[in-house]
Amino acid sequence: MKKILIILLALPLGMVAQEKQKKITKAQFTVKGNCEVCEKRIEKAALSIKGVKSADWDIPSNQINLIYNPKKVSLETIHTSIADIGHDTSEAKSKNEDYDKLPKCCQYVREEL
Amino acid sequence: MMNKYTIIACLWWGVVFSQDPLQGVIQFQENNNIYPLTGANAFWQNTTVGTVTDSEGAFLLERVPSTNILIISYLGFKTDTLKIESSFISHRMIQSEEDELKEVVLSQRKKTLQKSFIETQNILKVSSEELLKAACCNLSESFETNPAIDVNFADALTGTKQIKMLGLSSPYLLISEENIPMVRGASQAYGLSFTPGTWVESIQISKGAGSVTNGFESIAGQINTELKKPLTDEPFFLNLFASANGRYEMNTHLNRKINERLNTGLFIHGNKRTQKFDNNNDRFLDLPVSEQINMMNRWQYIDTEKGWISFLSWRFMNDEKTLGREDFNPKEDRGYKQRWGSQINTRRWDTSLKLAYVFPDIPYQSFGFQSAFSNHDQNSYFGQRSYTIEHQSFYTNLLFNSIIGNTLNKFKLGMNYSHDDYDELVDATNFKRKDINLGSYFEFSFNNNDNFSWIGGIRVDFHNNFGTFVTPRIHLRYVPVEKFVIRLSAGSGRKAANIFAENQTLFATNRNIKIQSSGGKIYGLNPEKAWNYGLSLSKSFYLGTVNQFNLSADYYITNFEDQVVVDWEKEREISFYNLEGKSVAKSFQLEMNYNYRNFLNFRAAYKNYDVKMDYERGFLQKPLLAKNRFFANLGLETKMSPKSRQWRWDITFHHVGTQRLVQTQRDDLNSFSPSFSLWNSQLTWVFSEKFEIYLGGENIGDYQQSAPIIGSNDPFGTDFDAAQVYAPIFGAMVYSGLRLKL
Repeated sequence: MKKILIILLALPLGMVAQEKQKKITKAQFTVKGNCEVCEKRIEKAALSIKGVKSADWDIPSNQINLIYNPKKVSLETIHTSIADIGHDTSEAKSKNEDYDKLPKCCQYVREEL
Repeated sequence: MMNKYTIIACLWWGVVFSQDPLQGVIQFQENNNIYPLTGANAFWQNTTVGTVTDSEGAFLLERVPSTNILIISYLGFKTDTLKIESSFISHRMIQSEEDELKEVVLSQRKKTLQKSFIETQNILKVSSEELLKAACCNLSESFETNPAIDVNFADALTGTKQIKMLGLSSPYLLISEENIPMVRGASQAYGLSFTPGTWVESIQISKGAGSVTNGFESIAGQINTELKKPLTDEPFFLNLFASANGRYEMNTHLNRKINERLNTGLFIHGNKRTQKFDNNNDRFLDLPVSEQINMMNRWQYIDTEKGWISFLSWRFMNDEKTLGREDFNPKEDRGYKQRWGSQINTRRWDTSLKLAYVFPDIPYQSFGFQSAFSNHDQNSYFGQRSYTIEHQSFYTNLLFNSIIGNTLNKFKLGMNYSHDDYDELVDATNFKRKDINLGSYFEFSFNNNDNFSWIGGIRVDFHNNFGTFVTPRIHLRYVPVEKFVIRLSAGSGRKAANIFAENQTLFATNRNIKIQSSGGKIYGLNPEKAWNYGLSLSKSFYLGTVNQFNLSADYYITNFEDQVVVDWEKEREISFYNLEGKSVAKSFQLEMNYNYRNFLNFRAAYKNYDVKMDYERGFLQKPLLAKNRFFANLGLETKMSPKSRQWRWDITFHHVGTQRLVQTQRDDLNSFSPSFSLWNSQLTWVFSEKFEIYLGGENIGDYQQSAPIIGSNDPFGTDFDAAQVYAPIFGAMVYSGLRLKL
């Protein structure tokens, strides 16, 4: 029992140390969308990529705030993964067929390509 | 970074009953000319129902039952969120500027009593607006308009109210204040009346096994109160209250900003009752003569850049009650068998420190530290009996929050240490005890950001009187179809039974106290241990666009493995012993909530409690607990005028079923109390944002228990018993008060 306690006590400190060693990077860019359905879709898409720690997308500004580990995932991959489900990002455009699959409220106005 | 700009899109709640589709025109302004906006998106919030404007900027959109909030967006324009109250809108969009990201803030009213849909646990949130419905006066009276908690009178003398949840009394609940365990140990009997109602910002009630982070003590559930914060509370607040039963109360809050990061608040409460009442002519006061002074000073420090948040609070409370015979004079009669009387004096000090650090670069990671110290000193005598308790308590909790992989998988890890020192004098017997506990816990939560989440927690505790033990708890939430939530929970809890502090009503009797030792370390008794399992279902739906319904049902079982049985079954005796056999509390609740727009709210609940345990006499329903209860509350509000004037009215109905009574001189063996109904109502007139007055009535049906005190003509005799109370002692009561905010 005592061993368990010591391990439990030491664990948070160990985790903090680990977190700090990892390179954690922040990124912010535009992802097109309209509503809270889009919010769920976009955040889910971002969080399902290994290496993405947190994702927070804001409706009025269309900005996504990301925290990720660049050793595990590149920013480019994140852009393309989000674009793959139909939401254009500032760096990656969705295919027309993916855009057409979006729920109606998420069919944002596309910029002319 | 954000230049905040507010559009208040909410106009007055118009009168639209129709289901017609919404027509609208979207325009924009450029160089003083107005043009139609073609191709703009208009859709209902949280739905997939939407359309695009035509070449005239016009659109036609079907209504949806779930929302009346419309979102309009177009590239290069600010996205607008509008609350739709009519069947036609004309809206002008504003072009967005690149460097100015403007935020649309929608003014929308919160519901006062909210069953959470997102939380994994079955949590009921009670806002300060809901608390206003029960204008009086402290935490123990804040639950009157709430179906989850039942409020009963503890005895016929002290005027103390006792709360129950899932059919179990408050010692089986973990009652915390800002997540620091608060009403426990010595303060168990009167502790809820030591927190003035106006200090409370909100209450969270969670049924069933709680979280492992605050300790192992919660068995039936958890009640957490958040107090007002100096940063967000009004700079000056004054509340005055007077009731026809001679109670006067005053509350003031003073909050000041010291600098950008530091705020302080001073909260002062005083209450007094000097008038004596004996409406049932038993020569005993129906309510005690009392006086309380309660002060709190809080300091709140926030440094968002560096990520530090801190609270430092201290508090002092002195409460004095005199009760018993109306002609009792403490100076002359104390100690003599002439006139029965009692005094209960309590003095309490509290200090607490909270410190939280959020990593500025990684907002999902944080440290929390809480520490609290309290000294509780109660001196009391009841006729020839006396009871003194001094309880010093130290509590500290260190918590670390972070994620595994991503923010869908979160965990909490921490440890807490507590030290409780009890020194009691019961008549001539001295009981001293120290409870020292060191515990560590881990809680993992998963949320798929959509329809499924679970929380699993485990803690290991090393306790000087309980030994080493493990406490597991789990909660699950699943949303199979829209607006239908299924929740499951299971977990264990333990506690030490502070038999005297928890059952102080026994001093208002002349029963012999018998403790049947089982060789344990707490008054010779073993600690209590129970498992709690729960299932809860909740469904919301709309009829038309304005009728919002919520139906919920829950069922909880608490199974005691070990319990300290409080046995009143034998006449002239109260005995305490460890459970031998079975003890099960089953609780079923069916609840309905209905909202018509924002001005009518109705809720009703039926509750069934089956709480049985093995007494020496047999397997019996707990005495003085109604098996069936019915509750209803109706609230109405008028539209708020442009000057913030408003009328608010609410009425509450309680029906309490029959309760089993123990055999006494008054009541026969296996007799039951009559069932009865209670009505409360309150009317508030909001004169402006700054000033409001209220008028209310409690127990307007004037229901009273006829002979609440057994043996009142011979209070020093063996049959005297003021603890067998099943209904209000005091009849109808009118009160009035005012609130001033500056």
